[in-house]
Amino acid sequence: MDKSYLSAENVSYAYPAREDEESFEVLHGVDLGIRKGEFVALLGHNGSGKSTLAKHFNALLLPAGGKVYVDGLDTMDESLKLEIRRRVGLVLQNPDNQLVASVVEEDVAFGPENLGVPPPEIRRRVDDALRAVGMYDYRLNAPYKLSGGQKQRVAIAGIIAMQPDCIVLDEPTAMLDPRGRTEVLDTIHSLNRGKGITIVLITHYMDEAVGADRVVVMDDGRILTQGTPREVFSQVRLLKAHQLDVPQATELVWRLRREGFDLPECALDTAECVAALEKLLPRPQKI
Amino acid sequence: MFVLETKDLTYVYGAGTPFHKTAVNRVSVGIERGEFLGIIGHTGSGKSTFIQTLNGLLRPTSGTVLLNGKDIWAEPKKIRSVRFRVGMVFQYPEHQLFEETVLKDICFGPGNMGLSAAQAEERARRAAKFVGLDDELLGKSPFELSGGQKRRAAIAGVIAMDPDVLVLDEPTAGLDPQGRDMLLEQISAYHRARGSTVILVSHSMEDIARFADRVLVMNEGRAVMLDKTKNVFARGRELEAMGLRVPQITSILLTLREKGYPVRPVLTVDEAVEELRPLLRKGGAHHAQ
Repeated sequence: MDKSYLSAENVSYAYPAREDEESFEVLHGVDLGIRKGEFVALLGHNGSGKSTLAKHFNALLLPAGGKVYVDGLDTMDESLKLEIRRRVGLVLQNPDNQLVASVVEEDVAFGPENLGVPPPEIRRRVDDALRAVGMYDYRLNAPYKLSGGQKQRVAIAGIIAMQPDCIVLDEPTAMLDPRGRTEVLDTIHSLNRGKGITIVLITHYMDEAVGADRVVVMDDGRILTQGTPREVFSQVRLLKAHQLDVPQATELVWRLRREGFDLPECALDTAECVAALEKLLPRPQKI
Repeated sequence: MFVLETKDLTYVYGAGTPFHKTAVNRVSVGIERGEFLGIIGHTGSGKSTFIQTLNGLLRPTSGTVLLNGKDIWAEPKKIRSVRFRVGMVFQYPEHQLFEETVLKDICFGPGNMGLSAAQAEERARRAAKFVGLDDELLGKSPFELSGGQKRRAAIAGVIAMDPDVLVLDEPTAGLDPQGRDMLLEQISAYHRARGSTVILVSHSMEDIARFADRVLVMNEGRAVMLDKTKNVFARGRELEAMGLRVPQITSILLTLREKGYPVRPVLTVDEAVEELRPLLRKGGAHHAQ
């Protein structure tokens, strides 16, 4: 075992067979280590195995072959399940399926109550968690009256109140509008930077992956490629061959470079793309 | 004549109570027959309320909705027929599937219109083709379908009513990029084949950029822009101020334009390449800098 905080070693998984159907293998021997404090984005199509892999990191799914360790704890060991779930929280796509109470702060208190945390400590944790996601002012509101982005931040607060080392988020912004997406992403990044929480973000949005320390691309139950966002998105040809998108900024620079213009191999965002183009464009007339 | 037109359309939730909220505020717009109209606006801008007035699900607090020139509320008892002509696909429409088989579910709308079982089935099969549902799926229970297939079955149920106007509220929410592209291509093919009017409400500016002829922008209950898609996205900074976002590629060229480079606004990477190529050639001598 290396010093990875989350570690998947040769993991395979098959969804159990239903009547008259064969069981369906979705992970074929995946090796992946994630360091404490790292921000990892997991990309891939539906059916690529990315959600299945992520659910192994809090023992929601158990490997059919291979091993998964969380902070050195073997997820196959039933007696460690609570310890593992205390360390790794999971946030899902639809916030409406994750909020249970009729008042925001009660919802956030649900997790620590279940862990048997004493009431004064719960109070402190709930307040801290709501502040961390910028929802403290809404603590007495009813969750159903919140916007999608706000609900998702409350769901994240519910996880934070359990003081996990790591949060796995499975497409947390898929149902949100642009403002809600920004709110949730900013929250995730600040938890990563400010509290050192390890983040595993599953997303379809390339622009969300650009801000990660490392991008892991899954395809057909295997890791297709991984590296820094720049290393991964430089491989436009590979990604396109697997019908995966790259950010539009990356694609523009890549295509112009292929036409022979002297542009860098990779631009990750609007600013980099504009800067690269400005070096080549004739100086604009004064306006 | 517009297929749909609103005049001073206003809708107030909880009118006469302390909680009243004006969701749609004096909106006057005309929707052209056969166009593909995109509607954008951040959550709370009034766009969902607006579209629900278009088929009479909500009755305006004041102002009118004209369908083919006629006030849809002129005879309130006939409002049901408006709902057949302005077909509405809500968010997560698959939650509304309920019949034993996919085919029966798609037949439900046309059956309600008073068509015979045979006619309804013919329409249903045609609608299923439009959304790319294989024949073999039609005999299955809706609950055996994948998420994307369910979504398409629900949309087929509305298309089967053969509406003059098809309104879709976030039809691709929660689908992955491949599923999203496939569904929108199918809706676009339906639009071209039927020549019917399509209204697409979406948070995805990339989708709007690819498919919409014109875009209506709503903000705080008002219609603040209605113009060709390219012209609307050229006002990217105003959109950003409303909490909206333009496609990244549009933003890149807008930024260059603001810096004084002579580029026009674009909606796709293809257009951006075409726009930049001649300029880069001109600048070719300056590579060394």
